[in-house]
Amino acid sequence: MISESLELQGRPAAAGIAVGPLIVLGDLSPQRAASGSIEIERRDFESALASAAHDLSQLITRVEGDGSDMLAFQLAYLEDETLRSRVIEVLSNGVPADEAWQQLLNAEINDYRSADDEYFAARSGDLKDLRDRVLRHLKGGVLERSLAPGAVIASDEVGPTLFLEMDWSKGGGLLLTAGSASSHVAMLARASGVPMVVGLGQVNFQDHSEAVIDGETGRAILSPNEEQRNRYLLKLANIKQQKTWETAFLRKPARSADGVHIELLINVAAIAELDRIDSAVCGGIGLMRTEFLFKDGKPLPDEEQQYAAYRRLLEWAGEKPVTIRTLDLGGDKPVRGLTSEREKNPFLGVRGIRLTLGRSNVFRTQLRALARAAVHGNLKVMLPMVTIAEEIRQAGLLLDDVMRELKAEGIACARPPLGIMVEVPAVAIAPELYDEAAFFSIGSNDLTQYVMAAARDEPGISHLNDPTHPAILKLIASVVAFGRDRNIPVSLCGDMASDPRYLRPLLRAGLRSISVAPDAIGRVKAALSEAVLSET
Amino acid sequence: MKEGSAINGAAMMQASVLLAHDVGLHARPSVKLTKLAKTFAAEVELATAREGPWIDAKSIVKVMALKARKDTTLYFRAKGADAETAVSALISLVARDFEDGSSDK
Repeated sequence: MISESLELQGRPAAAGIAVGPLIVLGDLSPQRAASGSIEIERRDFESALASAAHDLSQLITRVEGDGSDMLAFQLAYLEDETLRSRVIEVLSNGVPADEAWQQLLNAEINDYRSADDEYFAARSGDLKDLRDRVLRHLKGGVLERSLAPGAVIASDEVGPTLFLEMDWSKGGGLLLTAGSASSHVAMLARASGVPMVVGLGQVNFQDHSEAVIDGETGRAILSPNEEQRNRYLLKLANIKQQKTWETAFLRKPARSADGVHIELLINVAAIAELDRIDSAVCGGIGLMRTEFLFKDGKPLPDEEQQYAAYRRLLEWAGEKPVTIRTLDLGGDKPVRGLTSEREKNPFLGVRGIRLTLGRSNVFRTQLRALARAAVHGNLKVMLPMVTIAEEIRQAGLLLDDVMRELKAEGIACARPPLGIMVEVPAVAIAPELYDEAAFFSIGSNDLTQYVMAAARDEPGISHLNDPTHPAILKLIASVVAFGRDRNIPVSLCGDMASDPRYLRPLLRAGLRSISVAPDAIGRVKAALSEAVLSET
Repeated sequence: MKEGSAINGAAMMQASVLLAHDVGLHARPSVKLTKLAKTFAAEVELATAREGPWIDAKSIVKVMALKARKDTTLYFRAKGADAETAVSALISLVARDFEDGSSDK
């Protein structure tokens, strides 16, 4: 049967393009016919447990790091006598094997999901994965081992072990009707470069046998026609070629064609990202966001938790500079109990330093943790949304105060230099009013949206949100010139730094330090190697 | 702290240790703990308070369900032939931070 091509739009979860045969996986809905015999149900259950344990012990031999810990945990769970005997007990009341297993595992999953501690809550995903693996064996569904390499897998959701079990070396990708871009599987997919699209909603995959995924845009095409297939195969080939070219630059110095060295730093949003990055490929961390520690609906992190997190960053970076930005909530990042809920215009409201200065308990805790971490490396602290110089002064006084406190308590600490984000137009227009800042870091995302009076996420006016508008570049050039004049280091940490198209305008504006997304390092170094600064 | 006593005629060993592991009794430490407990013939139990409730230290389902965080005091007790060795081995595992410092996440 030849089907009409069907275009779908989901949410992007991992970038990349895949073209391949479509395999619909793990339809767990068909009911398993219960045998009616307690003896047979018990035998089937034991055999499904043994097969699942066999899968996992095979898998554990070829997976390393974080993945192998997760597998060891699942295997230990599977081999647990307590769990086995609970299931057997339910079975002996005449409940079919699949229902008994599901019932007990669901109770465990719910217990973990409701845990306060984020780590424990996340284990519910591992247990779902385990539950489904045993269910697949009980129901005799598609076994992942038999999947063709290079296939596009369609499912409602996919567990992390299943992902690890598949052979992605020949390409392929994931299309999920449910799922989330922040799931463990999405993280694994991004780390291994497997394109993934989630949230497609109800789709009848059965009518189709081939698929195309564009993980960048979240688009998918089922039963692509020849023109569509060729278009994506060409894109895929271009991406591969570009990747090879960029990878070659990853470990080279960040230098222009005429030999000018540029400070290339990275932006980090969560500590886990560092596991995949060798600190040798960059000059340090230009922006470490701390919002990841403050999750909506969770208790605020205490000083110890923050100190441990900041210290890890500094230890990762060694001698290299690490710029940590103090809490930047508000705007599009609300946290219940901290940010104001009834703001008419949150981007012009109580956010960043405006919020933290008003919540000095929260701010003091963070400053104490930062001052303690500062003894472990080259730490700089950056204040977001500074609008008047008084805010820098107040933050400085608070920092002095916690330093006194820590010293009196006999706790090791050091005073990190305090710099500011340049994102409010007032600062970019008159940087001389803020010369007590130890450094400037231009936040081009917010600066653009404030100067152009155009939100970034408003599709109808996206052409106005242009970071290369002459007004923005003029402001950047003037901040850079002022910094050079007064010996205040200036960097730029907005998204535009990660886009090679914007590199030349930034260099022309005089910038010699930028902070980019970790996966843009190779790309930016490659583009830089072609730029001649004397000509820009 | 270690103390020996005789409950119901069998030799019972009991001891406690402070859980210093950065992330608490999470998956990796729990796997190590239950694996070690299983190597002993003795009945080994674990609690987060002196008066219990006590759970089977050989069961990861039960050990993880404690959701013990950093700075919790863990109490171990064991009954049986190798009870004393079991308790000191488990105490020492926790005291050595599960042999992986704070690298566990």
